[in-house]
Amino acid sequence: MSKERMNIPDYNTLFTEERYVQQRENKKQFEAPCSDQEKAEALAYSQSAEYMEKNFERKAVVINPHKACQPLGSVMAALGFEKTLPFVHGSQGCNSYFRSHLSRHFKEPTPAVSSSMTEDAAVFGGMSNMIDGLENAVALYKPEMVAVCTTCMAEVIGDDLSAFIGNARQKGAIAEDFPVTFANTPSFIGSHITGYDSMIKSILSQLFDRSGQTAAPGAGEEGEKLNVLLGFEPYTGNFAEIRKILNAFDTKYTILGDHSGNYDSPANGEYEYYYGGTKLADVPKAANALGSLVLQKYTLKKTQEYIKGTWKQQVSALSTPLGVKATDKLLEAISELTGLPVPASLKEERGRVVDAYADSHPYLHGKRVALAGDPDLLLGLIGFCLEVGMEPVHILCSNGDVEFDGKKWKEEVEALLATSPYGSEATVYVGKDLWHLRSLLLNDPVDLAIGSSHVKFAAKDAGVPLVRVGFPIFDRHHMHRNPIIGYQGALNLLTLIVNIVLDQLDNNESGFGDLVR
Amino acid sequence: MGLDIEANKKLVEDILEAYPDKAKKDRKKHFQINTEETKQSCSCSLKSNIKSRPGVMTPRGCSYAGSKGVVWGPIKDMVHISHGPVGCGQYSWGTRRNYANGTLGIDNFTAMQITSDFQETDIVFGGDKKLEIICREIKEMFPLAKGISVQSECPIGLIGDDIEAVSKKMAKELEMPVVPVRCEGFRGVSQSLGHHIANDAIRDFVMGKADLAETGPYDVNIIGDYNIGGDAWASRILLEEMGLRVIAQWSGDGTLNELEIAHKAKMNLIHCHRSMNYMVEHMEKAYGIPWMEYNFFGPTKTYESLRAIAAKFDATIQENCEKVIAKYKPQMDAIIGKYRPRLEGKKVMLLIGGLRSRHTIGAYEDLGMEIVATGYEFAHKDDYEKTFPDMKEGSIIMDDPTAYELEELAQKLNIDLMGSGVKEKYVYHKMGIPFRQMHSWDYSGPYHGFDGFKIFAKDMDMTVNNPVWSLIDKKEKVQPEGASV
Repeated sequence: MSKERMNIPDYNTLFTEERYVQQRENKKQFEAPCSDQEKAEALAYSQSAEYMEKNFERKAVVINPHKACQPLGSVMAALGFEKTLPFVHGSQGCNSYFRSHLSRHFKEPTPAVSSSMTEDAAVFGGMSNMIDGLENAVALYKPEMVAVCTTCMAEVIGDDLSAFIGNARQKGAIAEDFPVTFANTPSFIGSHITGYDSMIKSILSQLFDRSGQTAAPGAGEEGEKLNVLLGFEPYTGNFAEIRKILNAFDTKYTILGDHSGNYDSPANGEYEYYYGGTKLADVPKAANALGSLVLQKYTLKKTQEYIKGTWKQQVSALSTPLGVKATDKLLEAISELTGLPVPASLKEERGRVVDAYADSHPYLHGKRVALAGDPDLLLGLIGFCLEVGMEPVHILCSNGDVEFDGKKWKEEVEALLATSPYGSEATVYVGKDLWHLRSLLLNDPVDLAIGSSHVKFAAKDAGVPLVRVGFPIFDRHHMHRNPIIGYQGALNLLTLIVNIVLDQLDNNESGFGDLVR
Repeated sequence: MGLDIEANKKLVEDILEAYPDKAKKDRKKHFQINTEETKQSCSCSLKSNIKSRPGVMTPRGCSYAGSKGVVWGPIKDMVHISHGPVGCGQYSWGTRRNYANGTLGIDNFTAMQITSDFQETDIVFGGDKKLEIICREIKEMFPLAKGISVQSECPIGLIGDDIEAVSKKMAKELEMPVVPVRCEGFRGVSQSLGHHIANDAIRDFVMGKADLAETGPYDVNIIGDYNIGGDAWASRILLEEMGLRVIAQWSGDGTLNELEIAHKAKMNLIHCHRSMNYMVEHMEKAYGIPWMEYNFFGPTKTYESLRAIAAKFDATIQENCEKVIAKYKPQMDAIIGKYRPRLEGKKVMLLIGGLRSRHTIGAYEDLGMEIVATGYEFAHKDDYEKTFPDMKEGSIIMDDPTAYELEELAQKLNIDLMGSGVKEKYVYHKMGIPFRQMHSWDYSGPYHGFDGFKIFAKDMDMTVNNPVWSLIDKKEKVQPEGASV
């Protein structure tokens, strides 16, 4: 390296230079800006209780929602299976958006193709796009399965996927025995988690049907196995953690939908399109498993119904197992499904995590917290907060109104909150967005916000530190590699949160110079 | 020295062998090897601006991405409704880094996601009533917003909503512009049509609506700069130092008023020609405003452009121009002196948008880097005509290349740097090929102007010469086949 130093300011420092400050002022003469007074008034108004009331009265406009759309979830679901190429049927921009969005979170490639429908397809339907698309995709990217989902365009014009794929086979674009699974995933219903569920259910049911097998729970060698479904899982580390736990039990298992390989592949000089994933041959066999363990029960609503109804299996359904108590429940569920005792190694690990909780509790006790995220993640986070003595105050879920076993998500959240005195301050907001959260943070302040990168704007406006948990996390690196489920995950969450609290303490310290905590 | 024309022709042919016949025939039309003839004639038979093949990983986006994501989104004092289901707005939220001064949610609405979040009932019964309510609620929530644009997503056109009528009604009721933009994603073959649709809406609903109290001989507009990482600011500073008065910035850090007074300028200076050529051509016809392209990537092109701009004005501006160049040249020489030895001879492949694959060539060349292959996502014939003369003989020029084609080319050409978008970025990391995300400057920038070139040079060096690439334990070294480079 050259010894000569050259000061090259980055975009943050460059634009604080006087010449740029002057430029900014000068430009205002052409902007017809509002006066400083108007701006100050509008800012104060936007932070007021009166504004909050109006904000909560709005019926139609959605401002900064905490949800994405169905096909994005379907792409992630498809990438959970061996050599499976996601195929987005509809206009191509959607697929570009899904690929970018997922890649920005994982910092990994997202292989997926589109049928690139344009105006003519809007008029005549997308069948020829599907036929050519399947032929090209299979020739170029050599998948062992293609998983088709739809965009709003294909849904609005009513394209018939089953017929189109059948015609593609007839025309020889793909072989008769080449698996093409498909799911209808209109973006105007549900969210990314609905799309994940639709595609997982389609892959399980369609591969099972194709195999011609029958379901016989607990049958033969396969019967000793357990099926595990993690759901729309933004943490690759969570797959490793659940494997660690199941291996400690010494049980056989199949993870149904494991995209951790695709989203955590090595840099070794080659790019291969497909990494890891559930083996296609294992899917029909999963119908003979002892039972299924579901770790995102709200996300995997239709999939569970399918497993229970068609595979006639016992299903143990949890929400994301965050914290000690939820992990205890996870281990109980595994014990119950397999008949195996909880291994001593995990009990010991539990003890170590509880020890860490005890060490950190003075900094977490009574901290008021705002939470935003997907339904299952939120249930996990609430449980975690309650068991370390943090108080959830605002709980916001843009996509939390999915019916489940006749019970709504909100009711379960409120029941969980009612189990602890630390839950007494909380209010649950379903179908609300992050602009609502901004009002809540400004009018009823908290100590910490927990949520995705999108929460940063509301948190910043309210001067609240943000603990990044969930999806998407665009502006921090590698968070998804560390598990947040299981005892190890509880320790990771604890470490993340307590150190942000300690950072705050240091940022605000008044010169006494605390060294030891 | 040129590259081997025949070898590269064969290389492309070999790569296309993987396609089924119909797709192969089509894809072949999208590649050309630069020759003395194509360079001289500036013409080519390269096909562009036509549909992507279904079933391939095209780097392209859609009309909505072109309109909301590129043109309208950066206009900071208007609220842009992503009208339709929730996804499009979510995925385009803040991802292009269009910097804007102002307070988010108060007088600046750029890094926000405002959507009508269509549900099934809206698809069945139509969303026009809902759109009316949305406009009223926006006025209530954002009292300082100067206007609204309605960015149509796919279902809007398909279900036949009359957003024009609603917009007209709401503009009257709310006493501010409400602009319907028919940028449904299925229209056209790429983002490019979205730019056109967006500009037509600006022309029809915004242009010429306000007056400029005092005009002057040096009034100019910056057209086609989206202020990614502050690009337009790093450009504007040079124009102003030269004595020009920038009255409107389109559309990065732009305001409604700037769009409305832009017709008062004496000259339109257009940076991204692909996205806004429709606008300068219209303004020339309607208002007699001459326009010229400029290029502020890299000092060589920036000096050329500053002088070409100054030449359109009087001696005062021309003298100022030389002063500006004299002021910054030592800084630029120092940058080149430091970084060129570290980057000399490095081979680069580019696939960016509709202009930057050509526009940035000069900046790479200032650092001694060589562009061996370049392509666009959504360019038109005129972009290619301008590209051939700028490229070395034997270099590969390609339109809408698929992920597969790019990966093969990268390996076979043994490139030292790839410049493209986030969908491509991590693929190249696996391959052990240094990569810069050139859509939003890989979260760095600005790259325009002299201040921008410093950062550009530093970023390229940082990427090409980072020791991480030497840690990659390549399974086997891929030998270049058939390629001359």
